[in-house]
Amino acid sequence: MTRFIITRIIQGLVVLLAIYALTFVLVALTPGSPFSTERAIRPEILAQIEAFYGYDRPPLERFWTSLTNALQGEFGPSAVYANRSVTDIIGEAFPVSLMLGSISLIVALGIGIPAGIVAAVKRNTWLDYLPMSASMVGICLPTFVLGPILVLIFGIGLQILPVSGWGAPEFIILPAATLGLFYAAYFARLTRGGMLEMLNQDFVRTAQAKGVPQTTIVWKHCLKGGLIPAITFLGPALAGIIAGSFVVETIFQIPGLGQWFVKGALNRDDFLILGLTVLFAALIVMMNLLVDIIQVALNPRLKYEK
Amino acid sequence: MALLDVRSLTTSFHLRSGIVRAAQSIDLSLERGETLGIVGESGSGKSVTCYSIMGLIPQPPGRIESGEVHFDGQDLLKLSDEEMRQIRGNKISMIFQDPMTSLNPYLRISTQLTEAIRVHGDVDEKEALNRAITALEEVGIPDAPKRVQSYPHEFSGGMRQRVMIAMALINDPDLLIADEPTTALDVTVQARVLDIIKDRQERLGTAVILVTHDLGVVAGTCDRVQVMYAGQVVESGDTDQIFYDPKHAYTRSLQKAIPSLKAKDEVLYTIAGTPPDLSKSVAGCAFYPRCPFPKVKEPEGPVPELVELPDGHCLRECGYCDRSQPIEEVLAQDVEEDVQ
Repeated sequence: MTRFIITRIIQGLVVLLAIYALTFVLVALTPGSPFSTERAIRPEILAQIEAFYGYDRPPLERFWTSLTNALQGEFGPSAVYANRSVTDIIGEAFPVSLMLGSISLIVALGIGIPAGIVAAVKRNTWLDYLPMSASMVGICLPTFVLGPILVLIFGIGLQILPVSGWGAPEFIILPAATLGLFYAAYFARLTRGGMLEMLNQDFVRTAQAKGVPQTTIVWKHCLKGGLIPAITFLGPALAGIIAGSFVVETIFQIPGLGQWFVKGALNRDDFLILGLTVLFAALIVMMNLLVDIIQVALNPRLKYEK
Repeated sequence: MALLDVRSLTTSFHLRSGIVRAAQSIDLSLERGETLGIVGESGSGKSVTCYSIMGLIPQPPGRIESGEVHFDGQDLLKLSDEEMRQIRGNKISMIFQDPMTSLNPYLRISTQLTEAIRVHGDVDEKEALNRAITALEEVGIPDAPKRVQSYPHEFSGGMRQRVMIAMALINDPDLLIADEPTTALDVTVQARVLDIIKDRQERLGTAVILVTHDLGVVAGTCDRVQVMYAGQVVESGDTDQIFYDPKHAYTRSLQKAIPSLKAKDEVLYTIAGTPPDLSKSVAGCAFYPRCPFPKVKEPEGPVPELVELPDGHCLRECGYCDRSQPIEEVLAQDVEEDVQ
């Protein structure tokens, strides 16, 4: 187990290095520069600015400097926002995204998994049809449609929740619902599928033949295996949620990472793009590692594979 | 009074494509300590009969249309789900065909064995574990105290089937239903598994229903045999009667299909055709289209009743074929006709 985790961490680091290098090359190859503006800047000033940010050095040296800095947790200055480093921006925006993400995840799992289990156990009854139709709608409705609908109902119609903004607990409800319900729909479908597969296994018949009550069959015999598809999806879902859906943060004007990503790309803020990309990549790698560990814990057959 | 007495049990499956009559008015009875073999091809209704007795027919689409299942003085078909659950695994238990999929891969052997004890009695975890270890030792699992903590994938097929037997017998049931317990196992392991079942049966006085399509297994283990075809019992009797004096065309063809050890270069006999579609009703005799004997007349009307002969041998005598000749001669003639 320890060996498995260490191997996976090393693999993850290699992946991150590759992503860092690739992003660096792509950013460097993109025409234009962070400092090209509509107004012409005098060449000597431009040269000074470029020297300040290290753009006058050969690309390989720039890559090496930025990589060693990144390894120390310093992603360089923002090329657009004066006097702010990328690390500052992440430090400010990441907790916001993390908060929104955690609550969305609780919504997603808290609704999706129970709904999926109930639907599978009561298959072909209204307890199956109702949540499954709702989840179909949930999957089909993109967040940029669901978000404004929720705003219209709860923010403008009923006027019980704020339309947008950030700061007090009530601000988090609508964005977390928008983001969470979308994933809840996925989790419900995956859990239903996984549970149905387990409930059709021969060992369920064995348990019935032993006289095990139906509830015990569901909880003790089927849940572990039935959750595996949902857990597998947990990796991408966690990364997607915690990074904060760009759309949801934009709709609700939340100062999270997603907004900075969009700004960074539009402003050609090289260091910000690089820093955020690596952060997102690190999140995804970590979450996938976490998911793999949970899966090994759930499935005894995986433990002995080399 | 017999331990198990099944009367005209009819089970069908109501599917979108039609009603499949999987078991049609099955009669069977079994005394304590007795072994009954049920033989027939795949799809002949053997398993459905067993599942009906166990109350394990998924409903819907399955439906037990009629019949009575008297077990130890009560009609199992009239019991509530909860009452039936208390009988399953306690008074009647079952072993399934494929030991590779019948055990839960996510739970330890210990969990699965102790569960069987604890759902039927107020036994604490430690005592249940001790009983589980004893049960494993009785079916010949070496190093049981350690191996009880394993997961099923760490056991071979034969060992898993032994675990299944240990689990089925752990509450000393009165009746054990073994649904093709050796089909998925190697021949050498088959004999071992059958020995374990027989040994436990002799010690505990358990009645056993052994479902199989292997006539060799039947000859070695069963007191009585019931031959099923297309959801019906076509012939039943003592093992000797069925083996030395088979009467029904199906039983005789089945017996002919056992490969002999002596003959070299002999083409193996197979019964031509496939079993009939059980969603369609049959006139006269279900086996008629595949019957190797000379046909006497076209079948019509209802399928004849199962009739008991004076010596206790039961037969569904149809009269649509001429079975006066031995099957070897009939088949030899067929071959000659083919050559011509």
